[in-house]
Amino acid sequence: MVDVIKTLGIEYCAANPGSSFRGLQESLINYGGNKSPEWLTCTHEESSAAMAHGYAKIEGKPMMIMAHGTVGLQHASMAIYNAYADRVPMYIVLGNILDINFRRGNAEWVHSVQDVASMVRDYIKWDDMPVTLGHFAESAVRAYKISMTPPYEPVVLVADGVLQEEPIEEKNLRIPRLVMSAPPQGDSAAVQEAARLLVAAENPVIVTGRAARTPKGVELLVELAETLQATVKDQRMRMNFPSGHALYGDPGQLPQSPNVADYDVILGLEVQDFWGATHKQTPLNRFGMENRASTKPGAKIISISAIELNHKSNYQDFGRYVEADLAITGDAEATLPALVEAVKKLITSDRRRVMQDRGRKIAEAGVKWRQAHRETAGIGWDASPISTARLAAEIWAQVKNEDWSLVSFDRMQSSWPTRLWDFKKHYQYIGAQGGAGIGYGLPAAVGAALANKKHGRLTINIQNDGDLNYAPGTLWTAAHHQIPLLSIMHNNRAYHEERMYIQMFGAKFDRGIENGDIGCALNNPNIDYASIAKGYGVYAEGPITEPKDLAPAIRRGIQRVKAGEPVLLDVVTQPR
Amino acid sequence: MKKLILLLPLMLAAVMVYAQTKPGDGANGKRIFMRDGCYQCHGTVGQGGLAGARLAQTKLSLAGFTAYVRNPPPGSMPPYRAKVMTDQELADIYAYVQSVPPPVPAADIPILKLHSP
Repeated sequence: MVDVIKTLGIEYCAANPGSSFRGLQESLINYGGNKSPEWLTCTHEESSAAMAHGYAKIEGKPMMIMAHGTVGLQHASMAIYNAYADRVPMYIVLGNILDINFRRGNAEWVHSVQDVASMVRDYIKWDDMPVTLGHFAESAVRAYKISMTPPYEPVVLVADGVLQEEPIEEKNLRIPRLVMSAPPQGDSAAVQEAARLLVAAENPVIVTGRAARTPKGVELLVELAETLQATVKDQRMRMNFPSGHALYGDPGQLPQSPNVADYDVILGLEVQDFWGATHKQTPLNRFGMENRASTKPGAKIISISAIELNHKSNYQDFGRYVEADLAITGDAEATLPALVEAVKKLITSDRRRVMQDRGRKIAEAGVKWRQAHRETAGIGWDASPISTARLAAEIWAQVKNEDWSLVSFDRMQSSWPTRLWDFKKHYQYIGAQGGAGIGYGLPAAVGAALANKKHGRLTINIQNDGDLNYAPGTLWTAAHHQIPLLSIMHNNRAYHEERMYIQMFGAKFDRGIENGDIGCALNNPNIDYASIAKGYGVYAEGPITEPKDLAPAIRRGIQRVKAGEPVLLDVVTQPR
Repeated sequence: MKKLILLLPLMLAAVMVYAQTKPGDGANGKRIFMRDGCYQCHGTVGQGGLAGARLAQTKLSLAGFTAYVRNPPPGSMPPYRAKVMTDQELADIYAYVQSVPPPVPAADIPILKLHSP
């Protein structure tokens, strides 16, 4: 088993130990030399999976995780769902003892299961439960290949306890060669039609979801946008397009809901909820749901996405049906070269002049919206609790000349990093949880920081307080494995989104508007995150409540992170 | 014109409310702003954000402010009726958000210097 796993080029295996995979754990450590993969000691299976999630978005390949096929998988399942909804590869190996003759006592009965992957089969791409070592070898290689063929997704491989621990009796064992599949491209005729619509458009827009799987994807998107002189509206699910580029559209405060009202052709590239991106609903509440198209009449919608290659029924992450004028099933990044070429061939000198004029107007508008965001940042600049704009600006001032990587999702900070920072490189932003499952933030950041470590990048995590409480033990994993990571807290002392909902309902029904804190606030007593971090062996400061104290603390933190250790700064902030 | 006629009773009511309340007490307004959860969407200094509009130095009159809170446009914010928030409390909140210092201009904040696209 170890020989097979070593052929896959997997760098790390994240797990907390479990008796159902003790044989493989011992073999990886001793026979395998604890290299490729190296064992990462975790304190919760959900953290193992979320670490693998963050790692894969930086490194572009899966981390292995291990868990019991029963209780360990139950712990890990939410984080696996997040990875599934975020189209992220993950290599999950689960321990189990299928043959009842080999179960030793009650613990191994309650840790055994007939169909191991059944609990997560709705949100993984493939699984197998090999019954021989030859079977394991083939399925191990196949699992890796399937996970890494777009759309990327988690896969499950069961390592049976008997196969792990009993002497090898099979003859002529071999390891199949790993041959990766080329990613699926869109149909060539449909790509030609998309190019025709885009070139003929008066004002096209490119909406990017998880479009850039790799750094090459960013380059291709820049080439397409510059060729068309089209606005790019980036949903910030990946680092798709440089935020300082003249064609980058105003992200507003919520880039996930782009304003597409002004455009006559809308090209969506791996947009998760394209219907939501092209429609408006009654905001905030469901007191009489109102839906309406946010596109202008006659606007053409083009979709390029590989999501349709892996639709499942039960979990509803596929979003509402999109009435696209042209729907192209294929990986967007793999389809972009053909689309760019097709567009270039169709551009006449007349169209080029129109496009150049359009590009100038987009750039002029860009200067205005960027300045407007800065003026807005000045509101409450000296407030305590510290405004999220001030928090983002102070971090940016300290990291902008470093080789930095922001590995947290900035929606909860009103997208201030997106609005103020200059994102250029693919590893500088990795998007969100995917399934909006809380508990992703800290472990995903630690996994991403581990991937960044060998490149010498400064990894920054703006850490929400509610999220940290799901998996604080990950701080110990970061300290133990010396993973450099600067976590700066957005500590609003609440599950704040929900607090606003409770408040909203209290007002709606004329009752209890003073009770929004019940069940949502994380105060009385305030949680001392710096002490928690110190307890796990992590350098920490805080609570920081005054804006003037931020910059020196961040500078001290960066110094320590550059020396190779994780740091946590507890900053008490405005709610959003 | 039809719209104006429909709005007239509302405007009149708002003006009457304005006439009946004492001048706002900003300090008490801040207390209510925090106690009743206004800050949750609008920020503790009314700076606004993803979930709520900026209130600091609002250009609305007290009458307009009150009318908005009592009858916000559908889908914006929930209405806060007199049963849960009195006119005097609204006047105090109004005084508070008017008392918030004006924003610091971006030009006066070196770390907000615009990078070149």
